[in-house]
Amino acid sequence: MTTTQDSPKFERSVPKPVFTDAEAGAKEFPDSTLRHYNYYKPQKRKQSHYEDVTVDVQPDPRHYLSQGWLYGFADGRGGYPLDWTALKAWGSDKPSPQRGPGTGGLMVKDWPATGWHEFRDPNEEWELTLYRYNSNVVRQVTQNVEAAKQSKAFEQWNPNWVRFVEHHVGAWMHVDHGLGLYLFANANRRAPTNMHNNAISVNSMHRIRAAQDLALYNLTLSEEIEGFDGSAHLQTWNNDPAWQGVRDVAEQLTAIDDWCEAIFAANVVFEPLVGELFRSQLVQQASPRNGDFVTPTVIGAAEYDFAERDLRYTTAMFELLTNDKEFADHNKAILTGWLGSWTEKALGAARKLQPLWSQPDAKPPRFEDGLDRVKNRFSGILGQLGLEAPKELAQ
Amino acid sequence: MSRQSVAKAHQKIQELSWEPAYHEPVSQYGTDYTFRKAQKKDPLKQVLRSYFPMQEEKDHRVYGASDGAIRGNMFRQVQERWLEWQKLFLSIIPLPEISAARAMPLLFRTVPNPELHNGQAIQMIDEVRHSTIQQNLKRLYMNNYIDPAGFNSSLRNFQSDYCGTIGRQFAEGFITGDAITAASIYLTIVAETAFTNTLFVAMPAEAAANGDYLLPTVFHSVQSDESRHISNGYATLLMALADEDNHQLLARDLRYAWWNNHRVVDAAIGTFIEYGTKDRRKDRESYAEMWRRWIYDDYYRSYLVPLEKYGLEIPHDLIEESWNQIWNKGYVHEVAQFFATGWLANYWRIDPMTDKDFEWFEYKYPGWYDKYGAWWENYNRLSRPNGHKPIVFEDVDYEYPHRCWTCMVPCLVREDMVMAKVDGQWRTYCHEMCKWTDETAFRPTYQGRQTPNMGKLIGHREWETLYHGWNWADVVSDMGFVRDDGKTMVAQPHLDLDPDKMWTLDHLRKCPPLASPNVLLNEMTDDERTAFAARYVKGGPAGRPAPADA
Repeated sequence: MTTTQDSPKFERSVPKPVFTDAEAGAKEFPDSTLRHYNYYKPQKRKQSHYEDVTVDVQPDPRHYLSQGWLYGFADGRGGYPLDWTALKAWGSDKPSPQRGPGTGGLMVKDWPATGWHEFRDPNEEWELTLYRYNSNVVRQVTQNVEAAKQSKAFEQWNPNWVRFVEHHVGAWMHVDHGLGLYLFANANRRAPTNMHNNAISVNSMHRIRAAQDLALYNLTLSEEIEGFDGSAHLQTWNNDPAWQGVRDVAEQLTAIDDWCEAIFAANVVFEPLVGELFRSQLVQQASPRNGDFVTPTVIGAAEYDFAERDLRYTTAMFELLTNDKEFADHNKAILTGWLGSWTEKALGAARKLQPLWSQPDAKPPRFEDGLDRVKNRFSGILGQLGLEAPKELAQ
Repeated sequence: MSRQSVAKAHQKIQELSWEPAYHEPVSQYGTDYTFRKAQKKDPLKQVLRSYFPMQEEKDHRVYGASDGAIRGNMFRQVQERWLEWQKLFLSIIPLPEISAARAMPLLFRTVPNPELHNGQAIQMIDEVRHSTIQQNLKRLYMNNYIDPAGFNSSLRNFQSDYCGTIGRQFAEGFITGDAITAASIYLTIVAETAFTNTLFVAMPAEAAANGDYLLPTVFHSVQSDESRHISNGYATLLMALADEDNHQLLARDLRYAWWNNHRVVDAAIGTFIEYGTKDRRKDRESYAEMWRRWIYDDYYRSYLVPLEKYGLEIPHDLIEESWNQIWNKGYVHEVAQFFATGWLANYWRIDPMTDKDFEWFEYKYPGWYDKYGAWWENYNRLSRPNGHKPIVFEDVDYEYPHRCWTCMVPCLVREDMVMAKVDGQWRTYCHEMCKWTDETAFRPTYQGRQTPNMGKLIGHREWETLYHGWNWADVVSDMGFVRDDGKTMVAQPHLDLDPDKMWTLDHLRKCPPLASPNVLLNEMTDDERTAFAARYVKGGPAGRPAPADA
């Protein structure tokens, strides 16, 4: 007879699950049902998911920052000084609480302490939304270009249109890239709340993505179209007189110190008057007439970024400031000054682009008609902000 | 995208950058570093066409796991001891993350290499991801964990609390001062390359051992982005090393950044891992063992030391001293004991240690019980209100410490405390290195060299100053660390949620007023101050006052 013996059991050393009953509702005690962030007031009746992950992450000494900023620049200033823009929101002139021995935290009783904190991005962008949105865009753009390759769509392009795309559609990538990095990404360090800076950083990624979309489209065209010069966009950006106005203004935009002026000049003035003029009134109109149904899908993605998302947060941001209960007049006066100067520059750049309208074989609608359309749209945006169209618009 | 096409695509997007022809971009941040030589390539080689879908896929995994955790009732198995410390950690960490996003523009003008700017912009949006995904995790804990107090008031609390402030310096160090010191050396070369290993890898493992698999899900996803950021830092460091004028500044910044990260991160994460866990298997790694693996071996020996041949002056002495602090001087234990001493000024509950914990500590850190055992027994004895005061007011052989002006962790290894009159004020420091940071490094000249861009230590760096002379009930009310019945404190020195066992403002009302050690120090005569310092350094370990005959 044989006996079976259990071999000695080797027990692995692993943490053991333990029933702790630590789930919500297991007991009643003070605070047991207080399941919302209680340190801020929502814009609407209920706190939104976006607000929960965004509001008050970036602190403000006018709120709860009892020990103040801890590290400063060489001049001793820390954090996010309000005078990094000339615009003001109510409460801006109220000094930060002067804390010291025995003062306590001097936390604000009424939230928010300044009007800056009232801003909410209407796109409600946070990580989940921004990756979803941009992934959809890059997938769609890639599929569109791929489908065009499969159907030999580029063979329908006439030679003049090939030249137009390699030079001019290509040149716009530099605008997107330059502003995306040196204006928008740069500005994400400057605004006094997390809501502003997150919206601005998402705007930055739209522009950088759009620049790369164009660059990679350009790469595909170099591979697909015989004789397509993939470096022509550089030559155009560097030397073509028609583009030097756009380049001059784009560079000036990156040179702005005031973060509000930078966002305003780029999104309220430059994009409607130059960006949309180029994309919607020229490329989108001329492409189909010249046998190109692909370029509008690439350009259209960037147009949607601006028209439906970036302009949307920008309008909400400046609407608050032009309707501010304390500084509406102050802000309007400054914005009006910025409007005059940037409208003149943007229109100058737009006019220099005019020769492009005559280059394709099948012509788009007239430059002046396109310019009128963008001027009308621009006036509408200003109306929404409570600003008068500047006299420079009549140029 | 195939690998080959990624390489081609990355090559193509290099055509995007251009040198300004008409106007220079605005220059808003300064540095004393110079970059005259050695252009480096963008090490990330990341193209947004593949980046966005990759991140979206990572999100799918994170949010799928979150859903699963709720459906699977994860919170029935989560250790409260662990989750309570997350009230501190998750109140701190979204700010350093978002500050890292804000730090990237500091490098655009100061590191003249457009190819690197691409990587920095991607890091910027990665950091937006981290900050909001972590806020979301906290929201999930608030909604599903038994005790939402402290999660629900998280960001208000963090910005007023002395522990939160210790963490806040970590964030502010990224965004101010000399651009390279802040956004490159402190942030990417030291914080991200060295200390995210313990933050985002070691700590999540401990979370899983305590029934919480959401923290690892979120933080490993975050850590997978960190490797890109480490590459950003490495490329900038190599560029800086190419210019010999920078070597002196690199040596300074590496010393400051290393020491500050050790003081702050080891204090917090060491406490979470050692005192926030219920997993007392003898073969699970202690924080000291993790530190030795992740920081000493992986960072110091594998990353830093090879850079010595390029002229980088490595702070070998400080790395050994950090280990000495952790292993021989009980740094983490001293910090955990202090956090528990000061439980009443916090916004989470701290579980007393048990015999099982004692046994583990003694096994991992021989001699631990003789130093800390009696105090933790007292902590347990005094944890439920029963006619006595909170432990900080009771006679348990513990002297309330002075606070370090630089790292803001108290001067807990008493023998290392040093004192100096700086900017007209007497200050205490936890170590000679923290004194050096304030007195020597953060100044407009360094070793005779002009450093006009170096930042400054500012603010009310000793929390107690603000409440000097206040009754403790008023202190806690002022900070808002009170539950919705208007009297029960958010913080408790135990995990019992029976309202009869919980401390209230009424208990605090009977306690002596709060006295700021720094205010008192500055009120002393010179002789008194000298005598105080001589006695203080004879105190410890475990907060014991110096013997009467010392």
